[in-house]
Amino acid sequence: MSDESWHNASLGLRLLALDPHGLGGAVIRMRASPGRDALLAEFEGPLTIRKLPVTISDDQLFGGIDLSATLASAQMTTSAGFFERPCIALIPMAERCPAALAAKLASLLDQSLTKGILALDEGIEADERTPDALADRLAFHIAPEGRKPEPSGTPPPSEADQATLDTEDALTQLTLLAARFGIASLRAPTLALRAARAHARLHGRTTLTEGDVAVAARLVYPSRATHVPEIEDTADPPPPPPPDTDEGQGNSADDDTLSLPDTDMLIEAVKAMLPPDLLNGLVPGGTTRVSGGTGAGQKRTSNRRGRPMPSRPGRLDGTARIDLIATLRAAAPWQPIRHQQQPERSGLLIRPADIRLKRYAEQSDRLLIFCVDASGSAAVSRLGEAKGAIELLLADAYASRDHVALVSFRGTEAEVLLPPTRSLVQTKRRLSALPGGGGTPLASGLQTALLLAEQSRSKGLTPTVILITDGRANIALDGAADRIQAARDATNMAAAMRARGIAALVIDMSNRPQPTLQALGQTLNAPYVAMPRADAHRLTGAVTAALDG
Amino acid sequence: MIKTPFPFSAIVGQSDMKRAMILTAIDPGIGGVLVFGDRGTGKSTAVRALAALLPPITAVVGCPINAGNHGDCPDWANIETKKTRKIPTPVIDLPLGATEDRVVGALDIERALTRGEKAFEAGLLARANRGYLYIDEVNLLEDHIVDLLLDVAQSGENVVEREGLSIRHPARFVLVGSGNPEEGELRPQLLDRFGLSVEVRSPNDVAQRIEVIKRRDRFESDFDAFMAQYQKEDAKIRRRIVTARKLLPQIETPDTILQDCAELCIALGSDGLRGELTLLRSARALAAFDKARTLTRDHLRAVAPIALSHRLRRDPLDEAGSTTRVARTVEAVLA
Repeated sequence: MSDESWHNASLGLRLLALDPHGLGGAVIRMRASPGRDALLAEFEGPLTIRKLPVTISDDQLFGGIDLSATLASAQMTTSAGFFERPCIALIPMAERCPAALAAKLASLLDQSLTKGILALDEGIEADERTPDALADRLAFHIAPEGRKPEPSGTPPPSEADQATLDTEDALTQLTLLAARFGIASLRAPTLALRAARAHARLHGRTTLTEGDVAVAARLVYPSRATHVPEIEDTADPPPPPPPDTDEGQGNSADDDTLSLPDTDMLIEAVKAMLPPDLLNGLVPGGTTRVSGGTGAGQKRTSNRRGRPMPSRPGRLDGTARIDLIATLRAAAPWQPIRHQQQPERSGLLIRPADIRLKRYAEQSDRLLIFCVDASGSAAVSRLGEAKGAIELLLADAYASRDHVALVSFRGTEAEVLLPPTRSLVQTKRRLSALPGGGGTPLASGLQTALLLAEQSRSKGLTPTVILITDGRANIALDGAADRIQAARDATNMAAAMRARGIAALVIDMSNRPQPTLQALGQTLNAPYVAMPRADAHRLTGAVTAALDG
Repeated sequence: MIKTPFPFSAIVGQSDMKRAMILTAIDPGIGGVLVFGDRGTGKSTAVRALAALLPPITAVVGCPINAGNHGDCPDWANIETKKTRKIPTPVIDLPLGATEDRVVGALDIERALTRGEKAFEAGLLARANRGYLYIDEVNLLEDHIVDLLLDVAQSGENVVEREGLSIRHPARFVLVGSGNPEEGELRPQLLDRFGLSVEVRSPNDVAQRIEVIKRRDRFESDFDAFMAQYQKEDAKIRRRIVTARKLLPQIETPDTILQDCAELCIALGSDGLRGELTLLRSARALAAFDKARTLTRDHLRAVAPIALSHRLRRDPLDEAGSTTRVARTVEAVLA
């Protein structure tokens, strides 16, 4: 399959070279490697490629006054905007592209002022990716796997037997297919249609064929898909298409086996079945999907620590740090005027308005709040196993320097066993000493976890609540033993938690999966994991997957 | 070269969004539109189409704030001519990450450097005067710019006190914001400043989706014929807007409708009185658009969701969206 992904990658770039304007561009998600260099070297657009760094200033992007040239020549010098000279923009490290730049590029793309953008995305984590506003407007999301195959000199697939389509049909099929894959954005089918046209042009045709549509769908849709339609027949997937390279289209050997599964694929498409490549493409890669998990803490702006951000004008109030160079730069152009106004003074004249302050983007730490059900029913079932699982999670948390807190609920109310800490030892000790027995005040447990989460958030942590219970709530918030009221309170509390945007995870530790807990998970908008009757390791795997998802 | 925008009338569906934009064109006092929705649902397309749809305005040649007559031109602009000309209604983009200087205006660097003069260079707020200010991804806007906008949107005047400049000029514009709610919430203070709010979704109907792609394709491949067809449609809407603007002051508002407005807002528990005022203004604009003489409950019903849904206190225990809540309450109150 890795060969095929490379084939798609180079095909996508060839289409882009034909119609860079209409297709917008491509996100190339892979690490810097000889493979990537080779891929880019193959790209022969009609235009030159120029680098657009993500730190580009507005003056450089839109054009403006060139300060240094103006000062040097004492003549007004303006610099041209980036896209005034037609070129393909290459954005290195596109995963670091700030939302502001993405919005500006998106607006340029919308006004058709660009001539194609290649975003080189080197992101590793799912949430480290080209901003969605930009990615959605670029036709191809390319993420080749493995090593680049050697050019094998195979010919392009035969096209003789492909039925031609009129635009109407092609358009209908592409739109339907997009809908099947849960692609909400209507830019996707529009771009796919253009890709199909480009593919037809690549083969010197002016009419569309089924093959064009299939290729377009394969190139544009996979990374945008949000769900996989039902597959009726996975046993007999069509043969994978051959590796194909730009050159070496000379001798033809065995056309039959090499032909793309075009017809198959289109029938599949119409029948809402899944072409194999789409399935494989369901990995995050410059995707437009919303990541459900919280990842590693939220971003916030800080004036002390973290990654530097562009400095901003401001006042020195004792907490912020001055950006000396930016301040001098801001003051420099005014020196002649200020000296005219105050001829008696010598040296640099710096005014408060020149002061620029340093800013940093900081990732806040994650806090895992374990909310553990220690009631009698839970103790009978699997409290021991749950403890084991938590210990494994703690090891994970320790590795990623997360904070951990422990809330348990039993009897009539919940208590905070351990306030947020990074001490693994202490957490383990408290956990093993956790006794079981009594009723299940689920609502109270959620309430305590919610309060703790709110508190920690005000301290700059990003909380995630992990609820471990068997779901048999029987104590209401007021301490009354009323099963119905208890369930209602728990649901209300879960809704409140969701409304405050606290990420959560529900682990079901009962012997059989509880539908009520699944419902609670939905109320919380949290992933639901039923603790499998197996080792704690498997649970940990499930939890880690859900948290990172 | 800036491409002709996609025509407004060619946008398929999204009737709420289109209606909200037309209402603000009839009565700019409604105070802006917020469009929240997924990507690729036609948010940006609609805003850019709006610019081409709006009737042109008369402005003094060279005036940085698009003043209608010479008396309204600010002193600092040193406009000597009294000549006016028709210009398209300004629709100004406020890009994310725009600096304060660009938004409110700053010392004119060109004149400062070359001639050593202290002069004011108008910012985006000045250019948006009498027109529209469009903020894409409004929920990602930096806080200090948001504060600035709030202040100006409220007072209708931009005051610059910096770098030895002391300038004020009118800045009356319709705020149009768009964004994707999944990427961040909007501060309630800013939310309240928008008169109308619309949630847009991708159409669920396949035929409609196909129609969208088809029109987009014709726009790109069969440009002339396509534009000829829809520019006529656009012109129709434009004429209706112009007529509606004339009709607007003559619309009668029965006391019973005022009563309805108040009851509706009380039932919904919306904060402040801005809800009632916007509801009334937008209902009147709709009545004018429909060439009605008197305001009726039908007009209220039609605009209540877009005028009120973003003004409710969020109820964490209510699963249904606020639009549904408004619809429910409208049914109950106006039964």
